[in-house]
Parts: sequence; C-alpha cells; structure tokens
Amino acid sequence: MARRRPGRSRLPAPLLLIGPSLVFMTVLFAWPMVVGVAQAFTGDQGATLRYVQRMVDDAYFWPAMRNTLLLIVVLIPLQFAFALAMALMLRARPRFHGVYFYIWVLPLAISDLAAGLVWLSIFTDRGYLNSVLHMLGLQPYAWLSYQNPTSLFLTVLIAELWRATSLVLVIIVAGLQGIPKDYDEVASVFGATYWQRLRYVILPQLRPSLQVAMILRTILALQTFAVAQALAGRNFPLLVGETYYWYNFLQNPNVAAAIALVVLAISMVTAVGYLRLLRDRSPGAAR
Amino acid sequence: MTNSIAGGPRISRRALLGLGLGAVAAPALSACGGVSTTGADGGSGSVAFLSTQFTPVEERQRFEKILGERVSAAKVAYNPVDSGVFNSTITSQVDAGKVQISLVGGLHGDLAPHADRLMDLDDLAGTLTDRGFAPDVAGLGKLGGSTVKYVPWMQATYVMAVNKKALEWLPSGADPQKLTYDQVLEWATAGRAGNGGKPIFGFPAGPKGLYHRFFQGYLLPSFTGGQITTFRSAEAVQAWEYMKELWAVTAPASTNYDFMQEPLARGEVLVAWDHVARLVSAPKDNPDDWIMVPAPRGPKGLGYMLVVAGMAIPRGAPEAEKAKEIIKALTTDEAQIDVLRENAFFPVVDVTPPETLPPAIRLEAAAVQAQQNADDAVISLPPVGLGAKDGEVSQIFKNCFKEICIDGRPVQQVLDAQAQQLNAILDELKVGCWQPDPAGQTCRVL
Repeated sequence: MARRRPGRSRLPAPLLLIGPSLVFMTVLFAWPMVVGVAQAFTGDQGATLRYVQRMVDDAYFWPAMRNTLLLIVVLIPLQFAFALAMALMLRARPRFHGVYFYIWVLPLAISDLAAGLVWLSIFTDRGYLNSVLHMLGLQPYAWLSYQNPTSLFLTVLIAELWRATSLVLVIIVAGLQGIPKDYDEVASVFGATYWQRLRYVILPQLRPSLQVAMILRTILALQTFAVAQALAGRNFPLLVGETYYWYNFLQNPNVAAAIALVVLAISMVTAVGYLRLLRDRSPGAAR
Repeated sequence: MTNSIAGGPRISRRALLGLGLGAVAAPALSACGGVSTTGADGGSGSVAFLSTQFTPVEERQRFEKILGERVSAAKVAYNPVDSGVFNSTITSQVDAGKVQISLVGGLHGDLAPHADRLMDLDDLAGTLTDRGFAPDVAGLGKLGGSTVKYVPWMQATYVMAVNKKALEWLPSGADPQKLTYDQVLEWATAGRAGNGGKPIFGFPAGPKGLYHRFFQGYLLPSFTGGQITTFRSAEAVQAWEYMKELWAVTAPASTNYDFMQEPLARGEVLVAWDHVARLVSAPKDNPDDWIMVPAPRGPKGLGYMLVVAGMAIPRGAPEAEKAKEIIKALTTDEAQIDVLRENAFFPVVDVTPPETLPPAIRLEAAAVQAQQNADDAVISLPPVGLGAKDGEVSQIFKNCFKEICIDGRPVQQVLDAQAQQLNAILDELKVGCWQPDPAGQTCRVL
C-alpha cells in the first residue's frame, strides 16, 4: 500500500489538471467534428460519397468556392494595408488619437448581421446611396442586382472591409506597443528613412502579430456569412452561406456537413501555409 | 435560522423550489401524453380534430369560431400542428391501436402517406353528393385506391393578378380570361415596350417566393403534360426556352419578390402570377382597378396546381360517427364561405360566393372557379410523399431557372444535369408519381 502511493499520485496530477479542458474539447469539439465528418460520408447504407457528389454537382457550389476565395484574396491585403496605415498613424500620436482609435474599433462591437443590414439600407435599390445619387441628378443603380455581379462583389467587399478591418487594427496596435522604441530611435540616429525603418525595423518585429492577425482574419474571412447573406442572399453565394442553406432550407444536413468540411480543410491549409511562410528564417531568430 | 424555526408552518425554500419545478415540469410532462389530449382540449365527449392547417394563432381562432357556429353535432377540440407531428401522431396512434383523435385534416400530401390508416368513407361520400364537389377534387380523395379516404375540405391555388392599366397592351383578340402562353409573352413584350422599357410583368423569384410551383404546376404541365417524368423531354426544352424569353421581358427585380401583392400594390409591376394568399392584398385599396385571371394555356392544356385539403377519419377513431357529422357540417355552403371569408381558403363545393365577401376575395374566387372549370385543365399537385426532401426537389426547379434564365446556359444541357440530380433524390425516396405524372410507377425522370 505504502509503495503504490507515489505512483498513484504521479499520474493523476497532470491528468487532473488538463482533465477539464480535455473533457471540454472532447465533448464540444472532437465529438461534433467526428459526427460532422461521419455525417458527410455516411448514408442509410453505410459509407458513401453520394453527398460529396451532390455538393460538387450543385449549381451553387463552385460559384460559392470562387466567391469565397476571391473575397479572401482581395479583402485580406486591403485590410492589412488599411489596418497598418491606421496603426502607424496612431503611433505617430496625432491630436485626438484616442478618439480615432475608438471610432475605428467601433465596428468590432457591432454584430455581423446588424452590419450587413446597415449596409443593405445603403446599397438597396431605394437605399441611401441611390437617394443621394438621385438628389445629385444621377441615375440610381441596382447595386445588389444579380445582373451586376461586379457591384454585388464590391458591396460585399466594402461592407466586410468596414466591419472586419478593426480586428486587424487592434492586433497590430497591440503588436506595435510591444516594440521597444529604442530600435526605431537608433535606426533614425543612423539616418534611416521612414520607409527603411518601417521595412527593416518595425515590420520584422511586428511579424508575430501579423501572423496571428493573418491566420485569424483568413479563417474568419472563410466564414464570412451574415454580411453577404444580408446584402446579396444567394445571388452572391459563399461557402458558409451554402452550408446554412443546405442545412436550413433544403434540410439536407449531410451535404451541409460536406461543405463545412471543405471550409475546415481550406482553413487548415491556409493556417499551415501562413505559419510556414512567415517563419522567421534569420540566423538570429530565437526559434 | 431562528426565524425559520419560529415560523413553524412557513414553507422552506427547498419546498418552494420543488413546487416551482413541479409547476414547470407538469405541463411539459403531460405534453408527452399525446397531442390530441392537450392543447385544444374540449373536455370529455369532445371530438379531437388534428390538422396541419391554420397553425397561426389568429387563423386558428377564426376557424375555431367557425367550428363553434357551424358544428352542432359535437364539441370539437381543434389542434393544428406541423406536418411532422401530424405524421408521427397518426402513425403511432393507429399502429398502436390506441387512437385518441377522431378527425384529421391536412393537405393531400399530408394525408396521402396514411391511406392505410384511414377509414373508408364511401358511405359518407354517398350522403354528400348534393355538395357538388368538383369531380377532379373528389377523385383525389381516393388516394389512388378504389375507396374514398378523405372528403375535400377546402382548396387554394395560384392565379394571375392584373392591373387594368396593363390591359391596353393586351394582344388583339386575346381574352384575359383565356390567355395562352404565347399571348402572355406577346403581352409582356408589348407592355414593356409601351411602358417606356419598364417591364410590367413580375415573378415571385425571391428567396421566399413560390416560383418553383410555377414550373412544377403551370409551365411544365402546360407544355409537357407532366412534371417529373417529362422533366428533360423535348417539350420541356421548349417550355424552358419559352421561360427564357418571358424572363427577358420580366422585371429584373423579381429575384427580390417574395409575395407578389407587395410589388403589385406599389405599382412596380402590373401583372403577376402567385398563390392566392399572396395576391389577396394587391387589390385591397382599389379593387375596381384589378382583375384576377386563370393561368394561361400551353400546348397540352391549362396546367394549374391544386392545393387541396381534406378531412379523414383514422381507423379505430373513438368518435367516428360524430366526426362524420363534423365533416358534413364543414362541407355546407355556409361553413365553406365562412372559411373563405375568414381564412382565404376556397370552397371545394359548388357555391356562388356572396356579394358580401371582400372584393379582393370575390375577384380571386372567380378566377379560381374559371381555372378549375376549364375543359382542358391539367391538374398538378404539390409533390406528394417527399417529406423533408420537398425543398431539395423544388430547388432543382429553381436551379433550372437560375442556370437557364439568369446564367443563360444551354437548356438541354442544364435539364440533363438537373435530371440526374433529381433522380438521385428520387431514387433515395422511392415514391410513386403524383399528378400530372402517371400514378403507380416509382417516380423518376425518364
């Protein structure tokens, strides 16, 4: 009895510590994921690729895929350019910079759907934008019509840009605050221009923040849903919107699960890609 | 502590909590006891009437009022539920031999899967010959067998609402009450040209619009005589080519229209096809400016979709005789007109709508009757027996519309691809065809 005691207490201690999170992850993450994967690949008669086939054959799937990727490719660079510019402006501490910061971060506090509805009231046929155009004596334009796919894309892009850039801004501002001023000052003492300091001093030190923001934003952009749903409905299909549609309206959870797995796969590939791409390869890097 | 001892008979917090829990749990638990005994319980001796219709509370209350006024044989406990509950209740009660409901009411598609669980009502139907049920409607009540399984209760359908302003562009020689599809296209084209390039035709192609019913019940049956079996036939190609031309002169904003009464009332469009319940508000303000007309005719006749509800009695019903009396009472002219006036479902019996009805409903009633009495009518039913897959099957028709009319893809190619998907769904379900496709065989695109 006395000999077994240390052995008994050595094993459970760490297990007990990670136990709650383990249970949590299993119940709320691993288990639903297993069920989801199973749902996409099993039918009444066991394993099947039928639902994947349905998904691939569906008229909306490839447009949804194309729109989702297009949105990411156009949206993310724009967001980073804006967020970086805004963060650097704040760093220069202009007057009222606190006020700017709060205004810029405001969209973060607004729900996706509410933001989508606000932009809908702007872009809809009899919305604010067309009213202004009408007042100026210009011809109103059907921004959200399926006939104008370009303006449809642009409206979703603008709304998403407005809504989600603040997240990147917050992460970059936090990252900038963690950079000691000394490096920047030393560089300017040695005569580096602003662009040189930005390129060789600030951005490299901002790398971890950028990495986090990039992964987060890409995954969130893959999940873009409510804004596009409110603005364009199925005229501008996106992958997550399709999941919702299949689950809710067509009542086919199997195909919905298959589309969700596609989103998961793309998220994982891009996250791994970013981690590899932004790895610090300089010899002096800590790790 | 001393307080609670001194209080003596005071109820402890735990007891209160228990009481509260019990109060919450009691109705929740008793709800498990069977649908028919809860909800609308009319007390002992009442007849339990389970239905899929009039689930919105205002409609339900108006119908209960009609029941109270028109049914004298028994007290009726009316219990509207969604079709999932309806199905499971009938199945479990009849199969277990413990039937508590005496009367069921639902759409044809709700009742069709339960043909074997319903009593034969030939004797009752024999006493109701004076009601003047339309033969087409009454025939549906046999559910494909030889005996009467349900008695028609009420009906709805889809018609066209026309603002009289649009009549000036009507092609010469065309009778708005007897339009053909070609005339409709001509009319829409002339209307758009005459209206300064602004289309006068609208179409409920919005996210919640019922436009798939137009393809399922109107366009395709009128051109092909079928809905599913002829899905990719040469006639179907012709129908979709027609649709493409019609869409080209239809208001592009139609992809946002869910209920046509709204754009019609706003004057955005002047002519539109939709469900009667979704057109009824269009002529509300100035009924004299409007007419309602039957759907157009195609090469195979006037295809139209009949949404018919019926009443039936489950096998082993405890109050079968009283239920029959209720059916008799609800098929009288007065009760049928009451339902039309209050809940906008149309009579299945031969009755002239009285002058006292709201003008919008009178307009519709005339169109519904004209549509039904057309000698070349091709009746379609909303898909029968699809259950939860109804949405997916309807989506196939919506996909065809999107790919052919909006994306401009080649018709035959789209139909072949969509037919393959439609068959994939149908092969899984293995259901028999419904009208207008020939009954009996397992439904599939040929």
